[in-house]
Amino acid sequence: MSTPVVLTNLGPVDQIPFGEGRAFDVHGEQVAVFRLRSGALHAVGAVCPHRGGPIADGQIDGSVVVCPLHLNSFELATGCSRTGQPDLGSWPVSVDDDGDLIIQARRA
Amino acid sequence: MTSTMENPTGLGDPGDTRRRLVVIGNGMAGARAVEEILLRARDQFQITMFGDEPYGNYNRIMLSHVLSGEESDKDIFLNSMEWYEENRIDLHAGIRVTKIDRHAKLVFSDDGRITPYDQLIIATGSNSFMPSMEGLRMDDGSLKPGVFAFRTIDDTRGMVEYATHEHHTRAVVIGGGLLGLEAARGLQAYGLTVDVVHAGAHLMNAQVGPQAGEILRQSVEKLGIFVHTKARTTAILGEEKVEGIWLLEKPQIPCDMVVVAAGIRPNVDLAVRSGFTVERAIVVDDQMRTVDSDDVYAVGECVQHRGEVYGLVAPLWEQAVVLADHITGADPDAAYHGSRTATKLKVAGVDVASMGLQGPERDTDEVLVFSEPKRGVFKSLVIRDEKLVGATVLGDTSKVAFLMQAFDRGLPLPEERLEMLFNLGTPTAEASVEELADDTQVCNCNGVSKAALVHAVEGGCKTVGAVMDKTRAGKGCGSCKTMVCQIVEWAAGGAVQEDPSANWYVPGIPMDKPALMLAILQQELKSVSSVFAALAPDGAEEAKSKMGLASLLKMMWADDYIDEKDAKFINDRVHANIQKDGTFSVVPQMKGGVTSVEQLRRIADVAEKHKIPMIKLTGGQRIDLLGVPKEDLPKVWADLDMPSGYAYGKSFRTVKTCVGQEFCRFGVGDSTKLGIDIESKFQGIESPAKMKLAVTGCPRNCAESLVKDVGMVAIEGGRWEIYIGGAAGAHIRKGDLLATVDSHDEVMTLIGRFMQYYRENAKWLERTYSFVPRIGLEKIRGIVVDDTEGLAAGLDARMATSIAAYKDPWKEGAEPATPGQFRTALPLEVLPQVPIRVGS
Repeated sequence: MSTPVVLTNLGPVDQIPFGEGRAFDVHGEQVAVFRLRSGALHAVGAVCPHRGGPIADGQIDGSVVVCPLHLNSFELATGCSRTGQPDLGSWPVSVDDDGDLIIQARRA
Repeated sequence: MTSTMENPTGLGDPGDTRRRLVVIGNGMAGARAVEEILLRARDQFQITMFGDEPYGNYNRIMLSHVLSGEESDKDIFLNSMEWYEENRIDLHAGIRVTKIDRHAKLVFSDDGRITPYDQLIIATGSNSFMPSMEGLRMDDGSLKPGVFAFRTIDDTRGMVEYATHEHHTRAVVIGGGLLGLEAARGLQAYGLTVDVVHAGAHLMNAQVGPQAGEILRQSVEKLGIFVHTKARTTAILGEEKVEGIWLLEKPQIPCDMVVVAAGIRPNVDLAVRSGFTVERAIVVDDQMRTVDSDDVYAVGECVQHRGEVYGLVAPLWEQAVVLADHITGADPDAAYHGSRTATKLKVAGVDVASMGLQGPERDTDEVLVFSEPKRGVFKSLVIRDEKLVGATVLGDTSKVAFLMQAFDRGLPLPEERLEMLFNLGTPTAEASVEELADDTQVCNCNGVSKAALVHAVEGGCKTVGAVMDKTRAGKGCGSCKTMVCQIVEWAAGGAVQEDPSANWYVPGIPMDKPALMLAILQQELKSVSSVFAALAPDGAEEAKSKMGLASLLKMMWADDYIDEKDAKFINDRVHANIQKDGTFSVVPQMKGGVTSVEQLRRIADVAEKHKIPMIKLTGGQRIDLLGVPKEDLPKVWADLDMPSGYAYGKSFRTVKTCVGQEFCRFGVGDSTKLGIDIESKFQGIESPAKMKLAVTGCPRNCAESLVKDVGMVAIEGGRWEIYIGGAAGAHIRKGDLLATVDSHDEVMTLIGRFMQYYRENAKWLERTYSFVPRIGLEKIRGIVVDDTEGLAAGLDARMATSIAAYKDPWKEGAEPATPGQFRTALPLEVLPQVPIRVGS
């Protein structure tokens, strides 16, 4: 684990409507950040390992996101697949005092 | 390349008392045997696997799909590296085993490792057979650049790379068997001209007879592939790389690459070197043990059992089951008795099935042959003592399922032999699920076999829903659901549990539709989030329930519905249809399929301006602009300035029409006008599933009204027939005649009333072809036509409210409803485009 952990500011949290996800480029990785109706935030890989579906376009509830292409589902908190696919990556994400999204990632 | 290095001595964890199982070969047979073993005894063995190729386990059968570009090489992996880790299998990928010492029970590999075993499985499979030809190899023994075998993922990648080289335009495939034809078809996809050179007298001579082989040749040549039979290649030309081939007694063929697909040979070098009994392949007994050592098993294409060597996947699976039963002690009496091999494939785009004998062998054998070369159809059957002992079918596979069953199980044959060749319109007795072969593909969308469903049940899934979630069967077009239910019931042996959620409208809320609608009305729940909060267990949202609830609420509340974007599927969030590459397709409204110069010009201008990669007419008589990135949708709509055609979503979609009375010599009704009127009135109405309509101007039915959710047919005398519940998709059903009426207005009233009744009473995603038979035509006619239950006025009024609430969703393009509504969800990649076809 010698790669440095870096905090990256993705801009205002309000760019993500409640209940939806948006995709971001975080140091060359595609990350889908979801903002639950509860205000909780989750960040998982933005590309479905099954057929490359856009995860950020998926529908979510409190625990999973469902890929829009073939309805594979993944846990928001861990990226773990619930439908037998490879897992998505997941990243810690939070909001700072200025209302900006801060994601914790490793620089490539 | 070794995936786990914590075990460099190969001696295993000294504290681990489990038996040491070593598997040589990580192909379909080796990995399948291990899967079967794990299924029976998770922790009995400490497993070590060796694989020649530096990968996990993949489906070799799919390589031709990788070559043709239908699948990416990632899609064909059966077991990922993670699978080996999860199952604590020590995989040495890319390591070759050089020798087995069966007396000392040791395996030697080319990385210098010595691995002891208690039990050993040899699954070394086959290699491509390379016939001797001058110029095949370079001085150092490597294949001449441009020459390829077709056996591994690396072979396939190499072929693709070579074929896409701009200076390579012509390929020769040596071998006109199954693999050779697949290779030829695959190479065509890269724009190469392909010749197939086959030493045999006809194509696929291992599977089919001369007549079928000739028809296959015609079908293949129609695809633009040149076939040379009885052609033996004697030399490959070219000094540094392939420049052509030389045929015996035939002119030479210049080419840039050569693919050798002249069959396979069991890979038995290791077994021979290690002193095992090898004839055509490694000799095994009925328990798949080598005859030389009780602790050494062999499985797959490297095996000879009772004199037979198999090169197909089904026998390999049967062998793996017996091996696993025996080695784990799950069933010490398990025995393999050989396989009856039947193949059913699509070869170079042609359906081919063959089983058993190619032709008669005895005077008493009964033979049926049907041949229609022009259509590429050929069927021949060999019957002996009232049993099917051989069959070859090309082109038309409608009876193949039955033939395979009859061949496998020796089923009694129908007296009317023609029924075995064609569907004669008589009801065919559906083969019971018990008789289906394990590898029968039940779900054709997601490739789920009967065995996979049975495994899921055995693994603890006791409801149909759980099995569907686990295997993804029935999650494609859904047409296999009935069969999935039957198989689950059969596999559970009566222990199938009633799905508590079977009657729920959506999985996240434990209520059927009437109860749910009542609660929504009583509590005035007008948004999806408020429904979850009030009615879901613990108020928890459920992702897969959102879309159904959103549709229901919009239907119930019309203008008063509180639209929450996150409750909608992406199609409804951006009012376009998501395609496999994440781009969208845009279909403007074209009422009744009628357009104008102005509309066509505008569509053409927009397509040009936005560089639309593909413009296509849809099955519903509209123009589809495919390959639009999400972020471009608002601009495309603005430039089109036309209303949405609703090619997405669960809603009223389109009205297909014929040219009707105005132009057609036979037309008896103005189908075009009626179609336009219907589409204008009901555009965009939400419903539990999509609704497709059609109006046709005479009983000749050019608009196919009889197979639509709602279809109108003009008949003589100015009258209209109204059909409901038709389908021509995954299900085919002729609609039921609801009523015959005298005027356009009556059509409008009755179909509006029917659609509203359907909207209020159908289950989520239940198409009319299921809904109408479930409710019963008589009851629907009573309510919709005769108003026997006094519901008509209410249905009409509620439909009118929905119609009044119509807004064109594409107006949202100018003012996004949420931030980033049209922002791409795939930020980095240059989007893979939908296939662009140039010219014809």
